[in-house]
Amino acid sequence: MAAQSNLKNMVMVLGLTCLLCSAVLGGAYALTKDPIDAASKAKMDKAIGAVLPAFDETAPEAVEVDGKTYNYYKALKGGETVGYAVESTVVGFGGPLSLMVGVTPDGVVYNTSVLSHSETPGLGAKCNTDARFMAQWEGFNPAEKILTVKKDGGDVDAITASTITSRAYALAVKNAVDAVKSIGGPVHE
Amino acid sequence: MSKNFRLITDGLVKNNPTFVLLLGMCPTLATTTSAVNGLSMGLATLFVLVLSNVVISLIAPVVPDKVHIPVYIVVIATFVTLLQLLMQAFTPGMYETLGLFIPLIVVNCIVLGRAEAFASKNGALASACDGLGVGLGFTLALTVLGLVREILGSGSAFGWNFIGGRDGMLAFVMAPGAFICLGYLMVLFNKFLKKD
Amino acid sequence: MEYFLIIISAIFVNNIVLAQFLGICPYLGVSNKLSTATGMSMAVCFVITLATLVTYLINKYLLVPFQLEFLQTIAFILVIAALVQMVEIVLKKVSPSLYQALGIFLPLITTNCAVLGVAITVVTKEFTFGLPSHMLNLGEALVYAFATSLGYGLAMVIFAGIREHLAMNDVPKAFKGVPIALVSVGILALAFMGFSGMVK
Repeated sequence: MAAQSNLKNMVMVLGLTCLLCSAVLGGAYALTKDPIDAASKAKMDKAIGAVLPAFDETAPEAVEVDGKTYNYYKALKGGETVGYAVESTVVGFGGPLSLMVGVTPDGVVYNTSVLSHSETPGLGAKCNTDARFMAQWEGFNPAEKILTVKKDGGDVDAITASTITSRAYALAVKNAVDAVKSIGGPVHE
Repeated sequence: MSKNFRLITDGLVKNNPTFVLLLGMCPTLATTTSAVNGLSMGLATLFVLVLSNVVISLIAPVVPDKVHIPVYIVVIATFVTLLQLLMQAFTPGMYETLGLFIPLIVVNCIVLGRAEAFASKNGALASACDGLGVGLGFTLALTVLGLVREILGSGSAFGWNFIGGRDGMLAFVMAPGAFICLGYLMVLFNKFLKKD
Repeated sequence: MEYFLIIISAIFVNNIVLAQFLGICPYLGVSNKLSTATGMSMAVCFVITLATLVTYLINKYLLVPFQLEFLQTIAFILVIAALVQMVEIVLKKVSPSLYQALGIFLPLITTNCAVLGVAITVVTKEFTFGLPSHMLNLGEALVYAFATSLGYGLAMVIFAGIREHLAMNDVPKAFKGVPIALVSVGILALAFMGFSGMVK
């Protein structure tokens, strides 16, 4: 069935296949680049929208706290700052845990959203689905409550059987709040 | 036509890639944490399987014998990369969930296995049907395994929760449950469907 | 200290077979006997470490500078296939005794998804290992690859031991062969879950 092998046709067929396939992929890459960028931007925008009050525009900026750089989006409405959406990554139970934390200019957490995580399915992964755990971040005021889990003497309700994930989540929120403080916004404390 | 139809149905039970041929175990175990995930992984593999089968059946007569494996791998890898790009663009959430196992379709023995055993010796239409049959068999197996693990592990089916937010038997969503569920499903398959 | 964490994490906590589901086909295929399991483990160990070294360099100095990351899958699998062939040829010439021991396993390794899996993981995923999450540098990547393949060997040898005993037992007909093997791996994975969370 298959053709006889000799050096010439082997090199030719293999070379031609590689060339053709790379060309196809190059084309496909060029065509899908915009949708891919749009999809990742849409994901970011959705996360920002979920953690901040209504706004007109956002501006990406960065701030350094204790040698760690935080990317954040300053949200403006009618020229006035309504909040900051801070990307905050910490070490969870299974690996990096990355959050988008919305903080209003008075230093109160508006809401949080998980960007990516590698926590155990059904346990730590609930930080993304458990309604009770997620609801407590809405309007969490670090000036009145302590941003650590109850086991450590704080005010954060941990996810059942996932103290380490909950602890990491609280730390990520705390880091974000600290980052907003050092942005120099009018934080009342 | 009936011959091609036969090829499709064969892939579902008689030559089921998971339960009979025992191929493609890694994605079978890793991505079946829920029915929807299993279904998506199955369809992703189906996509690559059908397209690479067709292309390989067309080019097989001119490919020299000694380089046929590398050529096939390049063709398969091309379709896998195409799939990666399309998924990133249009189903980014699912792409993240399945993660590493999308590029790993390249080394899924089912795909290279069908290329080698069937597509290289048959016409394009028959190869497409074979790819479709085997792909559907794989999808079916993954969906069933995903469904069983989802029901036991999270108390839901296709995302619909029926135990009111309580915890399921978590071990079934995690690694050990994958092995144990697949083992028992194979036993059921051997007992009731396999004809010796 | 960090390398130590990587090693513990890759061997026990995130064992490539029992937690990451990579390389299952050969894992089930050649674990019937302890001797073949050891041979396969050594061949895999050799190829994974070498392949990671080469693909890491190709990715860093060829694909990334030319913005060709979308060719990663295709480039890596070709490199691995070529590498396996080369190892086979070199081994045959240089050390016939080693070739005798590993030779028959080498062709199987190209389609062992553990090799491609590790190669892709080290260049795309961020790791922590007690530090803030970061991409691995070459040294870490190599230690990770080597330790991962040791984990593969460990899982393989333990399982081959179990299977040698299983073979002597009276197992119901429908369970014979792979099904009972899968259930045993499940129990083994359950034991390995005890390590989870030890190293992040």
